[in-house]
Amino acid sequence: MLRNITIALAGNPNSGKTTLFNAFTGARHSVGNWPGVTVEKKEGKLHHKNNEMIAVDLPGTYSLSPYSLEEKISRKYIVDESPDVVVNIVDASNIERNLYLSMQLIELGKPVVIALNMLDVAQRRGHKIDHEKLSKLLGVPVVPIIATQKKGIEKLLDTALEVAHGKIKYNPNQVDYGKDVEKKIKETIEMLKGHVDISKFNLRWLALKVIEEDEEILNELNLTPQVENDEIAVTDEFSLEDDYESLVAGRRYTYITSIISKTVKKPKDEGLNTSDKIDKVLTNKWLGLPIFAGLMYIVFWFTFNIGNIFLDQIDGWFGTFGETVGASLEGAVAPWLQSLIVDGIIGGVGGVLTFVPNIVFLFIAISILEDSGYMARVAFIMDRAMRKIGLSGKAFIPMLMGFGCSVPAVMGTRTLENENDRLASILVVPFMSCGARAPIYILFAGVFFPGYESIVTFSLYVLGIVVAIMCALIFKKTLFKGEQSPFVMEIPPYKFPTLGGTGIAVWEKAKGYILRAGTIIFAASVLIWFILGFNFSGQVEMVDSIGASIGKIAAPIFRPLGFGSWQAALSLITGLMAKEVVVSSMAVIYGLGEAVGEAAMEGDVLGFAGALKTAGFTSLSALSFMVFSLLYIPCLAVIGVIKRETNSWKWTGFSVGYTFVVAWVVSFLVYQVGGLLGF
Amino acid sequence: MGRTLKELQPKTGGKIIKIQGTGAVKRRLMDMGVVRGTEIYIEKKAPLGDPIEVKVKGYNLTLRKEDAEKIIVE
Repeated sequence: MLRNITIALAGNPNSGKTTLFNAFTGARHSVGNWPGVTVEKKEGKLHHKNNEMIAVDLPGTYSLSPYSLEEKISRKYIVDESPDVVVNIVDASNIERNLYLSMQLIELGKPVVIALNMLDVAQRRGHKIDHEKLSKLLGVPVVPIIATQKKGIEKLLDTALEVAHGKIKYNPNQVDYGKDVEKKIKETIEMLKGHVDISKFNLRWLALKVIEEDEEILNELNLTPQVENDEIAVTDEFSLEDDYESLVAGRRYTYITSIISKTVKKPKDEGLNTSDKIDKVLTNKWLGLPIFAGLMYIVFWFTFNIGNIFLDQIDGWFGTFGETVGASLEGAVAPWLQSLIVDGIIGGVGGVLTFVPNIVFLFIAISILEDSGYMARVAFIMDRAMRKIGLSGKAFIPMLMGFGCSVPAVMGTRTLENENDRLASILVVPFMSCGARAPIYILFAGVFFPGYESIVTFSLYVLGIVVAIMCALIFKKTLFKGEQSPFVMEIPPYKFPTLGGTGIAVWEKAKGYILRAGTIIFAASVLIWFILGFNFSGQVEMVDSIGASIGKIAAPIFRPLGFGSWQAALSLITGLMAKEVVVSSMAVIYGLGEAVGEAAMEGDVLGFAGALKTAGFTSLSALSFMVFSLLYIPCLAVIGVIKRETNSWKWTGFSVGYTFVVAWVVSFLVYQVGGLLGF
Repeated sequence: MGRTLKELQPKTGGKIIKIQGTGAVKRRLMDMGVVRGTEIYIEKKAPLGDPIEVKVKGYNLTLRKEDAEKIIVE
């Protein structure tokens, strides 16, 4: 057979799916988005006994009911794309809940192999699992594996191949839902037969979905819920009334429990496991919050102190690189081309790449916290506070990351499975004052608020948080109102992150940042270089450039805010590239030269003070300017990453537009109210 | 008869007899194993008092108090 065999990996979150996928494909896989949505799509090729196979890592899912976007994708893929074999990874130490998805996969009638993972953990807890008997009772092959130690992988691939080639005849057992539900299933199947095109579905599965009132399926089949609120008397051990939906879920679990009782032996009293013991401290009523704060401090210390060592290095390299390239191009190419390459491309792209170490270190820290299972505890600890502003506890980490750099912060919102929560977080994260704004504060506060620099800077950080909270509240009441996202989350046991797993995760994220943000910055660098050096008649002085003209057109917009010069306007516009550029481009634009700009960034503000004061800045307009710099449109790297993460120009445009409006309004208030108060 | 899960104190538990309501949260809870007849045990509250952490079917799950209110236990 020449056709490639497709293996879909399905399983609960925390079941070790990604570890298995990495064991299958190593780092040789591609990460993209599923068509039309922002959920990650991972695919990788692998070879096994002369067969070329494609492994697809489906998003982690607890069931085949459409609850989150991810579960919709997983189901859609399995139902519509019909992979040759579905490898269902089951956490042996948490087998009961994991088998719920397995039962649904089996019901679906697709070729399934169960990879019984984490047997080591199960054994350590004293669980004994008879996997052969389990296989017999379920009617599908069960292969025991330990993905972290790459044990059982060969056997798993052998079995998957045999199933894909139809060499294993298996006879999946169906759940017996009891007389009442089975009757309903039969009726529904009859009803469906007359109604719809059912060729691509397994009839029994489809009937169950209709009974469960699965909205997507009902819509797809164009059916109205027939069983809505159809309460029936049940004659099982509970002798209670319940709806069909609950009955189906309940009996599926009852069936699983009966299988478990025949195949798994657990010690009577398990006592406290290691995870519970760790949690006694880490999520303790009194210690939980201080420990959390301490850990966050360590993450930041690690990211910025260690990251900055490399940052200075890389910054230096790019400086030298630019000079060397500039010198070697001198005379060899036209001056404009030299300037484009050195100032535009090397300067611009270099400016973004200098942040790579921070990003890498931040992601190492985050990835370790994530893999260890601590992130779920963070969401648990912070949920109540975050809910007050309409966000989920899981949104806390991205907000905090925003103080470093909004790029990883926006990427960090991926942990939010609710699309509305995620969008709201992406929209407010840029208000958290990132590191690149600091040079602006240092300069302006130093010139206009001598002696009060720290308090002014601190107030700006607080202002950013306040604006973020207010906007989050407004979004939740307007754009993203509707049902509150449920907060029903597994708290996985703690485990040691593996070097390989962390490495692959960090590499993927850094690669994404370098490649995608890099290409956008590249284009933007060229564009900004061009508008500052040219007008329609060719290369000119900056005063006559397109940039200056844009500055002059834009200036009136800023007049009510207190800084209406074209120079101020233009430096804000160039600041879109990266916010620290505001200061250095001001130096250039005000004709003070690069040296003064750098001196200003390092806090030596004397030379700059006079220029700014002659340019018309007062203490009040300087404050207004700082506020504007804090709040206005995020830099291009962030805009790029917002586009990538939302997969929507509409939301990207909205983010650009509304942050501008917010910045304008708040600065306007600062300047006008300040003026009224006589400052 | 029965009490809601929200009324239970940490370190106590009971058998689930019903889950009230409809919609996404109920579906999710049931998918996660919070179904009739299952033993559920309250581990603890979050440091700020909400959400709560429970043990069900041998693993730990967290849910908000307002959702715990819909779960009736014996």
